[in-house]
Amino acid sequence: MSEQIREYELGMHPELPPPNRQSGLVKWVMDNLFPSVGSGIITVICLIFLYYVIPPLFNWAFWDSVVFNATSREECYAINDGKGACWAFIYRRWDQFVYGFYPEAERWRVNISFILLAMTLVIVLAEKVRKVKGIMWLVLILPIICAILIPGSELLGLTPVPTNKFGGFMLTLIIGMTGIFVSLPIGIGLALARISSLPIFSVFATLFIEFIRGVPLITLLFIASTLLSYFLPPGTNFDLLVRVLIMVTIFSAAYLAEVIRGGLAAIPRGQYEAADALGLSYWKSMRLVILPQALKISIPGIVSSFIGLFKDTTLVVIIGLLDPLGIGAAAIADIKWTALGYELYVFIAVFFFICCFGMSRYSLYLERKLHTGH
Amino acid sequence: MSVTDVPEKKPFSVGAMWRDKKARGIIMQIAAVIAVLIFIGWIVANTVSNIKNLGIEVGFDFLWTTASYDINQSLIDYNATDTHFRAAVVGLLNTLLVAVCGVIAATILGFSAGVARLSNNFVISKLMQAYVEAVRNIPVLLQILLWYTVILHSLPKVKQSVAIIEGVIPTNRGLYLPQPLPQEGFGWVWIVLIVALIGAFFFKRYAKKVLDQSGKQLPAFWVGLAMIIGLPLLTYYVIGQPLEVSMPVLKGFNFKGGFALKPEFLALWLALSIYTGAFIAEIVRAGIMAVSHGQSEAAHALGIKPNLTMRLVVIPQAMRVIIPPLISQYLNLTKNSSLAIAIGYMDIVATLGGISLNQSGRAIESMSIILLVYLTISLVVSGIMNVYNERVKLVER
Repeated sequence: MSEQIREYELGMHPELPPPNRQSGLVKWVMDNLFPSVGSGIITVICLIFLYYVIPPLFNWAFWDSVVFNATSREECYAINDGKGACWAFIYRRWDQFVYGFYPEAERWRVNISFILLAMTLVIVLAEKVRKVKGIMWLVLILPIICAILIPGSELLGLTPVPTNKFGGFMLTLIIGMTGIFVSLPIGIGLALARISSLPIFSVFATLFIEFIRGVPLITLLFIASTLLSYFLPPGTNFDLLVRVLIMVTIFSAAYLAEVIRGGLAAIPRGQYEAADALGLSYWKSMRLVILPQALKISIPGIVSSFIGLFKDTTLVVIIGLLDPLGIGAAAIADIKWTALGYELYVFIAVFFFICCFGMSRYSLYLERKLHTGH
Repeated sequence: MSVTDVPEKKPFSVGAMWRDKKARGIIMQIAAVIAVLIFIGWIVANTVSNIKNLGIEVGFDFLWTTASYDINQSLIDYNATDTHFRAAVVGLLNTLLVAVCGVIAATILGFSAGVARLSNNFVISKLMQAYVEAVRNIPVLLQILLWYTVILHSLPKVKQSVAIIEGVIPTNRGLYLPQPLPQEGFGWVWIVLIVALIGAFFFKRYAKKVLDQSGKQLPAFWVGLAMIIGLPLLTYYVIGQPLEVSMPVLKGFNFKGGFALKPEFLALWLALSIYTGAFIAEIVRAGIMAVSHGQSEAAHALGIKPNLTMRLVVIPQAMRVIIPPLISQYLNLTKNSSLAIAIGYMDIVATLGGISLNQSGRAIESMSIILLVYLTISLVVSGIMNVYNERVKLVER
């Protein structure tokens, strides 16, 4: 054995690639799919499951589906034997799904508002744009323009559109965006009040937050739709959509307040003391020292509250507003499109998934970018 | 003689008071109290004058009048001649039923998915990630409606139904199950079960004491299990199997006998557990990841086996992180169960806040009872959680 001929000097052998089992695809498969017998069995079961679920789902949604050339369910099923989705139903009612019953002649106002909203989002989200001086004022102004443009007003020569004509994704976005824009400052205020050293403020804020968080949103919406008229001076009758907006906003604000309180509690005492030592007033110390740090740590929680709020906008269908679910319920009650529940729910689910998944990804990105610790 | 500087008393002025932090705080608080009182007074005055103008009757007496509507699922005897109060209780029990079932299913699902997501098996971990991301980003109301559609439109009709297992029959009118009917004497089995539970608890305490004093390990888990399962089973056979099982049998257009889980309950239960399960999975994953790696390394160094490491070292520490958000998910599930009204499951919002309210017109009374019920549930659960948090709090130096 020791007489073996050496082809190379000791230590001069060129590096060989690792054996097949230790590299590349084989290793990856062995490590990740079949690390042990039990795990391997689970892998196989999962793959079989996926095989039975994904291709049929794909065929249903894309391959066998009918989009453009059908005007009723029967026509859809005549084309695809009822095997695929009948997206024609969404296609024919697209305008309703987007605008609700907003008058056709005035829809340009909604379209402009969509563009303004998109601009606002770009300003808030895109770092380079945000740095332009004075541009943050637009963030305040653009939503206000939308708020005037969509309902319209006689003074500006825009035909007023009653809010019960609002519907579809437009309504979802109105409720969601108003909730997000308005609830954040209220939430910050509530959180500051709750941890305030002034006992009355803290007691009031605590009672309010715990009350709102203790009851389901749907009961608050019922109060908005049925009870609120009792609490207001006789004869006042203000818009259902506004009442819903108020309820959704305070609901979200209470949850945000708790998230932000968590952030405030995580700031070391030294920061508060340092701000005091600099002689900053309460508001200045909050604005310049505490809140920037507290809000930064609460970003994940704040965004998940926003996602929750956005998802909760669907509840308004229960008190009779025509969000996409409401529009859809009316649509599948139509004899032409009856019983197309799957198409409807999948379509709306995809919309919400895109919005909410987008928000959560952005929050992950922000979290990573703002992570300035060690 | 010592000289003390007595500060000169400043003359009173509003400006000085405003600049004094303490005084300013007091003034602002008083202002806040007054503002809130005025606001409440305004609302009360409005309500009183509205009630007077509209000529509405007030009071909770409507609770004792006949409800005269049917509820398709109830845990206690109920029919249309019962009172609104009883209808409300039926609703509350339905709320609690779906909440408890949902919490159990969501916990099992969430823990499995959370652990599976951390697995080194690529397929299962990605599959669980897809589940969590898909379910968390879609409104729960939509999911409830979707599951309801699945049950109503995709499960077989009663006529074409096939049993999965003997007596378990999914149909679009609900899931039919065999129903156990306890006969006379079955109460003893319950009593023995309770005794066995108490016995197992004390045996576990005794085993812990033995372990602490002598280091000897008693098989407390197995003995306990044997007591809890064995003793009631033994009693059951000794007193002559006082249990009959009623099987669902197709007769005419519907099933007779057995016990049916209604489509509304099934849809709500499935949707709530799957939705909340996704959130719990994330909580569990975060909790396990929060346990410092050094802990499991230390356990390995001590020669503790991997599965014991998980059970004795990682999980107990992870639980401290997991429990508080877990409880708040349980509360969310309970609150989300109020969406039952969208598919016609008769929970408290649908009975008292829906039909009873519409029949009696007592909006203020009905809504305040509902709010009170939910607040009580929330407060009780958070109270229990605070006690738990106190107990598991890390005792630091």
